[in-house]
Amino acid sequence: MDMTDQIYKTDALIAEDIDAYLETHQNKTLLRFITCGSVDDGKSTLIGRLLYDSKMIFEDQLDQLEADSKKVGTQGQEIDFALLVDGLAAEREQGITIDVAYRFFATEKRKFIVADTPGHEQYTRNMVTGASTADLAVILIDARKGILTQTRRHSYLAHLIGIKNIVLAVNKMDLVDYDQATYDQIVTDYTAFAQEIGIESFVAMPISGFKGDNITGLSENTPWYQGPTLMGHLETVELNQTADQSGAFRMPVQWVNRPNLDFRGFAGKIASGSVAPGDEVRILPSGKTSTVSRIVTFDGDKDTAVAGQSVTLTLADEVDCSRGQIITAAKDPLEVADQFEATIIWMDEEALIPGRGYYLKIGAQTVSAAIAQPKYQVNVNTMEHTAVKTLDLNAIGVATVTTDRAIPFASYADNRDLGGFILIDKMTNATVGAGLIHFALRRAQNIHWQATDIDRNHHSNLKNQKPVVLWMTGLSGSGKSTIANAVEKRLARMNRHTFLLDGDNVRHGLNKDLGFTDADRVENVRRVGEVAKLMTDAGLIVITAFISPFRSERDMVREMMEPGEFVEVFIDTPLSVAEERDVKGLYAKARAGDLKNFTGIDSPYEAPETPEIHIDTTQLTIDQAADLIVQKIIK
Amino acid sequence: MTKRHLTHLERLESEAIHIMREVVAEADNPVMLYSVGKDSAVMLHLAKKAFYPSPPPFPLMHVDTTWKFQEMYKLRNKAAEDAGMQLIVHQNPEAKEKGINPFDHGSLHTDMWKTEGLKQALDLHKFDVAFGGARRDEEKSRAKERVFSFRTAQHRWDPKGQRPELWSQYNARKSKGESIRVFPLSNWTELDIWQYIHLEGIEIVPLYFSAPRPTVERDGLILMVDDDRFPLEAGEEPVMRSIRFRTLGCYPLTGAVESEAQTLPEVIQEMLLTTTSERQGRAIDKDQSASMEVKKQQGYF
Repeated sequence: MDMTDQIYKTDALIAEDIDAYLETHQNKTLLRFITCGSVDDGKSTLIGRLLYDSKMIFEDQLDQLEADSKKVGTQGQEIDFALLVDGLAAEREQGITIDVAYRFFATEKRKFIVADTPGHEQYTRNMVTGASTADLAVILIDARKGILTQTRRHSYLAHLIGIKNIVLAVNKMDLVDYDQATYDQIVTDYTAFAQEIGIESFVAMPISGFKGDNITGLSENTPWYQGPTLMGHLETVELNQTADQSGAFRMPVQWVNRPNLDFRGFAGKIASGSVAPGDEVRILPSGKTSTVSRIVTFDGDKDTAVAGQSVTLTLADEVDCSRGQIITAAKDPLEVADQFEATIIWMDEEALIPGRGYYLKIGAQTVSAAIAQPKYQVNVNTMEHTAVKTLDLNAIGVATVTTDRAIPFASYADNRDLGGFILIDKMTNATVGAGLIHFALRRAQNIHWQATDIDRNHHSNLKNQKPVVLWMTGLSGSGKSTIANAVEKRLARMNRHTFLLDGDNVRHGLNKDLGFTDADRVENVRRVGEVAKLMTDAGLIVITAFISPFRSERDMVREMMEPGEFVEVFIDTPLSVAEERDVKGLYAKARAGDLKNFTGIDSPYEAPETPEIHIDTTQLTIDQAADLIVQKIIK
Repeated sequence: MTKRHLTHLERLESEAIHIMREVVAEADNPVMLYSVGKDSAVMLHLAKKAFYPSPPPFPLMHVDTTWKFQEMYKLRNKAAEDAGMQLIVHQNPEAKEKGINPFDHGSLHTDMWKTEGLKQALDLHKFDVAFGGARRDEEKSRAKERVFSFRTAQHRWDPKGQRPELWSQYNARKSKGESIRVFPLSNWTELDIWQYIHLEGIEIVPLYFSAPRPTVERDGLILMVDDDRFPLEAGEEPVMRSIRFRTLGCYPLTGAVESEAQTLPEVIQEMLLTTTSERQGRAIDKDQSASMEVKKQQGYF
């Protein structure tokens, strides 16, 4: 049926029997899709056209559109549909879409949410944002240009993020005189590419968003094409939205509801399967079991609830269960692990630093995680795997992820909600990456901490001291090693058992494989932290002297230690003073450009914000500084 | 077991509830902004559902301009009481002192009472997350805004620095002083809102339904003479018209439509057959087509 007829019929129904219309509309399904393509492929025009043809544009908007089209439009005196959807002022000036924007329209059969995703290479992160909630992707191609690098990139991303329905819309057919051979060639090219990256099937169609060909009705300009129209396909494509219901029951607990002592409910959105009172459940990662007593909602208790619904469950037993844990079917629980292989999509200007601790949020749980040096990066233009040390903005790679505790998970292919995670920078709080879990590399239950009979208390009691790590941080030449040495001599005179870990010395042995890149510096500090931790277990007072320029790594070491055992000592020497002293002649070399990545010159130093001890070396002598530090730890 | 297709409204409801629970689990001091309009009514209803049997664990806050319709004030107080929630009403003392009003001060009225008032109220109570009822279908710059939308310590929005937002994984971490505006109704349309109000029997301000009301016509807008602060021009007489409102704000800034729709289905029917968009009745958007984006960068919700 033609769209115009359809609108007429809808209007008639609305006018004559609004209740019947509401009933129909209420039972419509929802299709979320994305449109992607290169700049100038005509995405915004196509979406504007869909909104216009589904009558989502009001008179006042049309008036404004006509006025705008004449003023800033790129289509001469004709209506520029792109102006309907290009929202932000900055974009209007440049005539491009710069951020993912969501649009809404409905037809007789369905309701649609369109994520309009930008074509620029640098905005891959927005495309991933838009794709992550989509059921279908419309890949736009300019018929004059054929398949471009960005077509490959967008197709790969859509496939990677798990979109099963791909539409290849060969746009601007009006500009190639509706030439069938041009269209056929593009479809042939794309078929080869799609097979290469694992896209099993796609639906191709020749269209013109600008002229309206094959959007809502088959175009007379393309008599050789008898496939579906774009709107027809969007309305009827089969959606596997109930697929999540067939799996075993899983619900991440978002919030524990305790209005009074008699009620304890676990609130969450069901990620897969279904649940009913009487079902046996297991809570992960603790593994405790119980039985569902009630499914509580504002509208009364339910007999059953399915994937996609937000509910509150009560359990028959008083079991420990809090935010981040997952309630699962007792007989079919999730895997629990603390090390995974995952695809990482990096989305921050600052590159991934392997080994650094990031927050990893998965489901309702946030843990600390480190990403190892990537196994490879995928070249999204050629699909080749290349060896890399890190991942830059918009890079996609595969790496090992290690979390600081075991978490329940599913593979991303099985469930987006339980296998997709985001990575958050601990300092800036920015979302810097996204990850798709492939599989666990190490099942947590197989590695146990070996309990020893002679424990750390025994070691420290024997030495009659409290173990501690004096972590000296400061610029090169600030006086860390000198002061550390003075502190150790004083402690030795007091018969304390100490050990001094010096930056230069450690790099001669344990860390001789590491250089001075950001990633190597992080690994250097991590290893020293682990060594220092073992030494505190042995009951020692550990003194370390490392530049350790980054706050996140110092905090990482702090978190490794028992509470109170990490004492950060900021050896505060201004850069000008340290450079003037230049005891090792390093500053001169760095200034001359002979020494790269030198802290304070071409590599940053992040000063501690709240160190336990702050030593201002312009005010204190070495002896005064050493006395002060010893007084603070020996009471 | 038989599979059950969730309707689009069930999906939207579940999504909004999930968003609200994430905020309550992660925020230090959340608040729900409540403007007494139909979107606020739906948002409040969803909050009751999200936390039932507990009352929503945050206060409702109305940033008041003192120029709302009288019927809005009535429903505001009742709605907060029914939900068992604390109601905070903030009126910008500076605007009050200077007697800022929509008749004499034009856009300064919105700026002082709403934008500045909101910033003051958030700072005063140290709220770190504020729920708002904005929808992406309302306006072009909203269409590009994330569900969790960050504001600097100065309440500014940086449209170019938005965090990626994948799946339903919301990053609610922020630095000291920063705050987040959260929009649980992001993916709802005007029709969804009306339909949900209809299905759930949510109480809304009677002004959304047609009734004979005293009006004057100015600059093509039909304005309701809601109280005696309305300065009538020489020879201007309020005329009784059968009107209703598609959107509610300050009464001197909100245009009415002539209508006979007295029930929800009739209102929806009119809405579906109408040829003008919802915000057309609002004076605030008229200045320039990107005006909302500018206002948002300055801290307007």
